Amino acid sequence: MTLKYSVAIIGAQETDAVGFLPDMSVPHLHAQAARNAIQDAGIRRDDIDGVFTAGISPALLAEYLGIVPRHLDGTSVGGCSFMILVRHAAAAIKAGLCDVALITHGESGRSRVGATRPATDPQSPMGQFEAPYGPFGPSTMFTMGVARHMAKYGTTSEQLAAVAVSTRQWAMKNPRAMMRDPITIEDVLNSRMICWPMHLLDCCLVTDGGAALIVVSAERARSMGLDHPPVYLLGAGEAVEQQMISQMVDFTSSAGYRKAGEEAFRMAEVTHRDIQHVMFYDAFTHTPIYSLEDLGFVKKGEGGPWMAEMHGAPGGDLPMNTNGGGLSYTHTGMYGMFAIQESVRQLRGEAGERQVPGVEVGLVHGPGGMFSAAATLILTNQPGD
Amino acid sequence: MPAKALPVPTPETAPFWDGTKRHELRMQRCNDCAQFFFYPRPYCRHCFSANTEWRTLSGRGTLHTYVINHRPPPGWEEDAPYVIAIVELAEGPRLMTNIVGITDPTPDKLPIDAPVEVVWADVSDEITLPHFRLV
Repeated sequence: MTLKYSVAIIGAQETDAVGFLPDMSVPHLHAQAARNAIQDAGIRRDDIDGVFTAGISPALLAEYLGIVPRHLDGTSVGGCSFMILVRHAAAAIKAGLCDVALITHGESGRSRVGATRPATDPQSPMGQFEAPYGPFGPSTMFTMGVARHMAKYGTTSEQLAAVAVSTRQWAMKNPRAMMRDPITIEDVLNSRMICWPMHLLDCCLVTDGGAALIVVSAERARSMGLDHPPVYLLGAGEAVEQQMISQMVDFTSSAGYRKAGEEAFRMAEVTHRDIQHVMFYDAFTHTPIYSLEDLGFVKKGEGGPWMAEMHGAPGGDLPMNTNGGGLSYTHTGMYGMFAIQESVRQLRGEAGERQVPGVEVGLVHGPGGMFSAAATLILTNQPGD
Repeated sequence: MPAKALPVPTPETAPFWDGTKRHELRMQRCNDCAQFFFYPRPYCRHCFSANTEWRTLSGRGTLHTYVINHRPPPGWEEDAPYVIAIVELAEGPRLMTNIVGITDPTPDKLPIDAPVEVVWADVSDEITLPHFRLV
């Protein structure tokens, strides 16, 4: 039994705007995204019988939407949760637990309307064994392994900066992107040091926004007469290595990345050469380098030079983060949903000026937490057998 | 100025914090697979055995990886920029810590795998943190 070609994404939309939305609460962001995705899929609210979300409880989502679903999943392990929830939705639909799955994201990361900022419990492992040493958010912890990656493989600050430059070049083609001014390697290196080796322009944005997906069986999707192509699930993987960055076994490689990627490729029965578009979650400039290496697109240590050679930039041979990424498009906090949205847009041929010509297979990959959880999706617009 | 976050020991971690208070670096070692592990927990991280014992470590190790934080949280304003590091102890386990004793830390002053040793920071009557310095 496989989940390959089990389901298709038939609805995929973001909130009307992303960026600075001080008039929208967290549940409002979820609900507006859900309405937009429902309309996009051409279904009715009451068709939804499975709800999947992260960051808020699926109970709040169902209540706010006014529905009584027969299946729910609240796996919430950070930004890749939405890739994981697509995988879980596929399993649930295949098993008959639900027929029409709604997956939502909404986060008031910038305005923090109706959002809570959880404090670290001083009795928790993190409270005892990390917090006393002055970490201050992901810039001080997610980046912990980069110095060792630099020492082991010769990765440089210029190569890291190239990720920001490449991503900005895509953002300049996206009218919805928050940051659209051109930047150079020097601009990145001259931007304010946040936490060495990360300068300001090595760090993702902090924004408000939401997005949602509607997932149904591939068979149902083919028969719906949609005015846009269904996007089929070819492969999906998920994994978790640790919760705390200090517990990472190899600081230059994510075990979760490797396992999720292997699982997705095994299910999809495709090779790296078949992948024509990638969305690598870019919380910081190093995470796409880890993605490229740990998923086996290049050997360990070749990720930095690959970025410097601009293979992922407009005109490159593997377009990467074409929406402008978390670095320049938007980053609400759990960005993974936006990576999926862009993959779907590309596979539908709806990416406008940044459309990758003839793309048939795309890959979405990212972390949850700080190299804690990980998930990979391989998607296609080809209808299969 | 807001206070820095301090740990509150729990039953399974108390031997570690009791040790630091006496300026002893104590961690658990598994008697079945003969490896140290950290943070403290009832079962071995490597083989899940319950046959573990507390031992005192040398306090020597190497600078495994680190960041230099220029954007301090409340309570750390006077310290910035400061080094948050992962130290690999000579006996094998790793822990998060601060590298202290470097004025204006920069990467050239902090080579990866440089030897380090523990220094004790008595931050309250109850809590002593293990910090490290280059040797």
